[in-house]
Amino acid sequence: MTISHDPTLYLLTAATMLALSGLPGLFFRSPASGQRAAAFTAVIASLLGVFAIITLLEGTPGADWQIDWPLPFGPAIFSVDQLSTIFLLPLFLVTGCVSVYSLAYWPAREQPGARKLTLFLGLFAAAMVVVVLARSSVLFLMAWEVMALAAYFLLTTDMQSSEIQRASTVYLITTHTGTMALLVMFSLLRGATGTFAFPPAHTLSQAVPFATIIIVAALLGFGSKAGLMPLHFWLPGAHANAPSHVSAMMSGLMLKMGVYGILRTLSFFEALPVWLGWLLLLLGVWSAVNGIALATGQRDLKRLLAYSSIENIGIVFIGIGLALIGIQTRSPYLVVCGFSGAFIHIINHALFKSLLFMGSGVLIHGTGSREIDRMGGLARRMPLTSTLFLIGALAICGLPPLNGFVGELFLYIGAIMDGINSPLPLAALVAPILALVGGLAVITFVKLYGIIFLGSPRSDSASLCHEAPALMTGPMVVLAGSCLIAGMAPSLLVRLVTPVVESYGNVAKSVMQQVTSQVPVLPLTIANCMLIILGLGIGALYLWRLRKLPLAFGSTWVCGYPAPTPRMQYTGTSFSESMVNLLGSLVAPYRRKPAMDGVILPQKARFIYEVSETVLDQVLTPIFLWIGSAFSYIRRLQHGQLHIYMLYIFITLFVLMLWSH
Amino acid sequence: MTVFADQLLVLVMLINLVMLGSSRLIFSIRAVAVQGVILGILPGLIHPFSYHLAGITIGIILAKGVIIPYLISNAVRKAHIRREVEPFLGYVPTLLLGAVFTALAFVFAEKLPLAPEHRDLLFVPASIATLLIGFLLLTTRRKAISQVIGYLVMENGIFVFGLLLTEAMPVMVEAGALLDLLVGIFVMGIVINHISQEFSSIDTSRLRTLKEE
Amino acid sequence: MTDIIIHCLVALLIPPLLLGVIAKTKAAFAGRVGAPYLQPYYDLYKLLRKGSVFSETTTWVFRAGPIVTLAATLIAALLVPLGRHASPISFSGDMILFAYLFGLSRFFTTIAALDTGSSFEGMGAAREVTFSCLTEPTLFFALITLARMSKSLNLSTILTHPSPTAWLADGASMLLLAAALFITLLAENSRIPFDDPNTHLELTMIHEVMVLDHSGPAFGIILYGAALKLFVLGAVFINVALPIATGNALADWGIFIVAMLGLAMTIGVVESVMARLRLVRIPQLLVGATILSAFAMLLVLR
Repeated sequence: MTISHDPTLYLLTAATMLALSGLPGLFFRSPASGQRAAAFTAVIASLLGVFAIITLLEGTPGADWQIDWPLPFGPAIFSVDQLSTIFLLPLFLVTGCVSVYSLAYWPAREQPGARKLTLFLGLFAAAMVVVVLARSSVLFLMAWEVMALAAYFLLTTDMQSSEIQRASTVYLITTHTGTMALLVMFSLLRGATGTFAFPPAHTLSQAVPFATIIIVAALLGFGSKAGLMPLHFWLPGAHANAPSHVSAMMSGLMLKMGVYGILRTLSFFEALPVWLGWLLLLLGVWSAVNGIALATGQRDLKRLLAYSSIENIGIVFIGIGLALIGIQTRSPYLVVCGFSGAFIHIINHALFKSLLFMGSGVLIHGTGSREIDRMGGLARRMPLTSTLFLIGALAICGLPPLNGFVGELFLYIGAIMDGINSPLPLAALVAPILALVGGLAVITFVKLYGIIFLGSPRSDSASLCHEAPALMTGPMVVLAGSCLIAGMAPSLLVRLVTPVVESYGNVAKSVMQQVTSQVPVLPLTIANCMLIILGLGIGALYLWRLRKLPLAFGSTWVCGYPAPTPRMQYTGTSFSESMVNLLGSLVAPYRRKPAMDGVILPQKARFIYEVSETVLDQVLTPIFLWIGSAFSYIRRLQHGQLHIYMLYIFITLFVLMLWSH
Repeated sequence: MTVFADQLLVLVMLINLVMLGSSRLIFSIRAVAVQGVILGILPGLIHPFSYHLAGITIGIILAKGVIIPYLISNAVRKAHIRREVEPFLGYVPTLLLGAVFTALAFVFAEKLPLAPEHRDLLFVPASIATLLIGFLLLTTRRKAISQVIGYLVMENGIFVFGLLLTEAMPVMVEAGALLDLLVGIFVMGIVINHISQEFSSIDTSRLRTLKEE
Repeated sequence: MTDIIIHCLVALLIPPLLLGVIAKTKAAFAGRVGAPYLQPYYDLYKLLRKGSVFSETTTWVFRAGPIVTLAATLIAALLVPLGRHASPISFSGDMILFAYLFGLSRFFTTIAALDTGSSFEGMGAAREVTFSCLTEPTLFFALITLARMSKSLNLSTILTHPSPTAWLADGASMLLLAAALFITLLAENSRIPFDDPNTHLELTMIHEVMVLDHSGPAFGIILYGAALKLFVLGAVFINVALPIATGNALADWGIFIVAMLGLAMTIGVVESVMARLRLVRIPQLLVGATILSAFAMLLVLR
């Protein structure tokens, strides 16, 4: 193999370029030119990365790179395999788009902290590339920490509000607790294999010491990064408060690193415990249902999107769970459909969620608010953004003819085939659950799109909004275009994941073909085309009729009331209220009604209705507060009197001496 | 004929769910009556004809389908009970719980060591499901009268199980069971009447105030 | 080939007649003569020649709503088998596309309603998405059950599989399925007891209130789309509930059309003898329907 045509080399170069992209900006006098240079470098790096992946997909394998470094943990090993491509492709695509977007979203001329933001944005992306390429534990952990810390610094770009401070502290604590679990896992792995290099796929027997603990620690460490329930509590706050393009990368890409970690760890073992598939399936179902249920009730645009990320991660884990169950029960259709669905959904979610977060950036830029109920009527003021946002919303609901449907289609088919073939088809119950989740997603995104973009503006800032500059809409067009193309021609997605499923799931080519023949890839393209042609045809007929007939314009019919105001429109909260009430304890909305009885002329009163974060606010915060107050007793030991400190040391020494004898 | 027996048993289980979902007291009572009539028809479908069987059928239809429901609705009318059921738990959660219980009944029935000729029939799961749902009605409903309905449903569940043994079951035992129930309902009726006279309410959750502090 | 042409003709031409039959049945119950059977066709013709009034708040979404809804429903009509014949477009896994096409049409109907900014239409849109979210699991339980019976992922196969023998063998679960599908049919098409399609009082409704602002040809498209949706879901129900096949193609088509008209009459009877449910009771009935279809699946597993 000649070194000149090695995908690994390309990828490493791209990672280096990304990591260094923010560096020149630190030395330039004007921060704006530094930002432009960084964006240019990032786009070049992304193109290089995409080129490397295409090379890989065409069958050129990447070489393994071993770099001996002066650290006592063995060499740093870089390698790229099929599994990596699933994560790298969206990574480069989204990173390129985000860095262009940031030029207009966070212009260095106007906004403070742009130098820092640009520097860490590049580092963040580069660290994620290295996470996916690393094949030795120490390298992996180092990249993991750089990623986590870069995300923290990106999150704290604007440290003014107390909300950001709280969210970033919660994030920092969570990510380090997660890393702690990973340290445990990698140490045990080192104990099992005797080296810091990752063991090759399917070589670790389940009988190695602490195999169960390794898997559980991986689930804890990586699961908290992925935002799997109940470890999701850091996610809504962090995603909502970060700058929007950072949220796009955190939600579209960083969550997937957690999924990658779990998949990579599981691939070491030659056999997995029986309960694991069911556990992942249950966690996935929980995350999907509860995530979208919480999303439905949100009023904050970005918190809503964050909860919907939890839902989508849940869908990915449903797929992984199905596949693992399939491996246990020797049902190839579950393996193929589960893995294909999960992988396709990973790619899709990165595309449409980044699109939606970028769209939310445009909205925040325009209106200065994240409150859905204060927006409205923006479709007239930003027609392009509204159309792109609509594409993202349709895709995330999994509706044809967009890409979100393809991933879910695989999961449905896997579940229904289980319903046909298995004697006790518990996995088939996934299909109605996914249908429920899909229905809830429609509620959530109809609310999001309808309340924000349609109707008339509910506040002055919304009515003064304007279309975003091309630097912001351009990247969104790229992402929306990819959603549309992937939805119209799902065979592209299927071709992308087929080799991964074959190698990762150990599926023979013939089996793969036999199962995927049950999934309507080509017919879907035809049906989608027919749908669009029919739509255009009916639309043309309709326009023809409109042209021929008299037209009149007036105000909306509100049942005879002569002077409707925008405040009389249905709000997002009222839109989702009936469903939130039905979901009951899953969401547990917080209501505080003012006491009104007995008052003839009521005072000014305040009504509060919000859907809060249950795990964080009702479980973790009280526990930590309790621990904090418990530790306050220990604080009495620290009083500043030096001679008593000496006494502590003496007592400690004395106890140690006694103990050692 | 056993095919029709299965169909009827499905109907019995559906009536269970209807009772969980219905909000009107009188409607629940009628549903129990219908369930009773179906239970009366069932023995005739699975056992060969005999006078004993005919007697049982008529007795059951009369007792479960006519007399007991009549007595309960009389009590409702006399005690001036409001027509709503007033559950502790919402209708949708109880319905879902009922569905889960029914599914569990099927799983449980699979595990029971049954005679092979009973294995393919729905009798055992239906009886367990009815029993469990009777229990659910008993625990989730606020009013004493709807608790009586819960008892009736539970009794129906036991009866379905007994159907498999009708041939072996002496008339006396059955009559005794029915009599038991009848007495129970009378007692309940009297108690309810007294409660409603004394406290002007038959909400059992208020009985808690009677306990010693 | 003839079957495909007949399929398209039946699917395109019969739907408004169903509305006519329902109206006539209701009139008969009320002791009126009622509008002629073909009244919906006259209405459509009239609407297509009428001018439109647009609210100044609306955008292209408002105009696209009815169009996308109709296009999606038309594709669904091509996926469902009619009169014991395979459908024109039929492939493995088409049942999921079938279910999601209704999701697409719902998305566009509701955002078109929200585009007007009227709180009444917002209310209707909220109800529509909430209630149909609860009908989706029912549909999927039913589809899994039917798929298991016929061992296929193909809508044409699984819907032409039920037969009188299947009814004899799995009578209980077929009955449950039919009941669940009938409830879904009524709920999805906003019929009594879920919604009253005849009242034009804005406060009480789901579907009608969402389309208050549409006029002229757009309203015609909506009316036709609603009739087509009733037809498509009705055909699913008929395939399960009345699986009669004679072997003669034309006779089967005849039976199918008669059965659809019978279904329309049944809906008319239901609408005449029942009252609309209180809004808070609707989710209960929908969850009940889900349990019915889940129960049907449970019985098939044994």
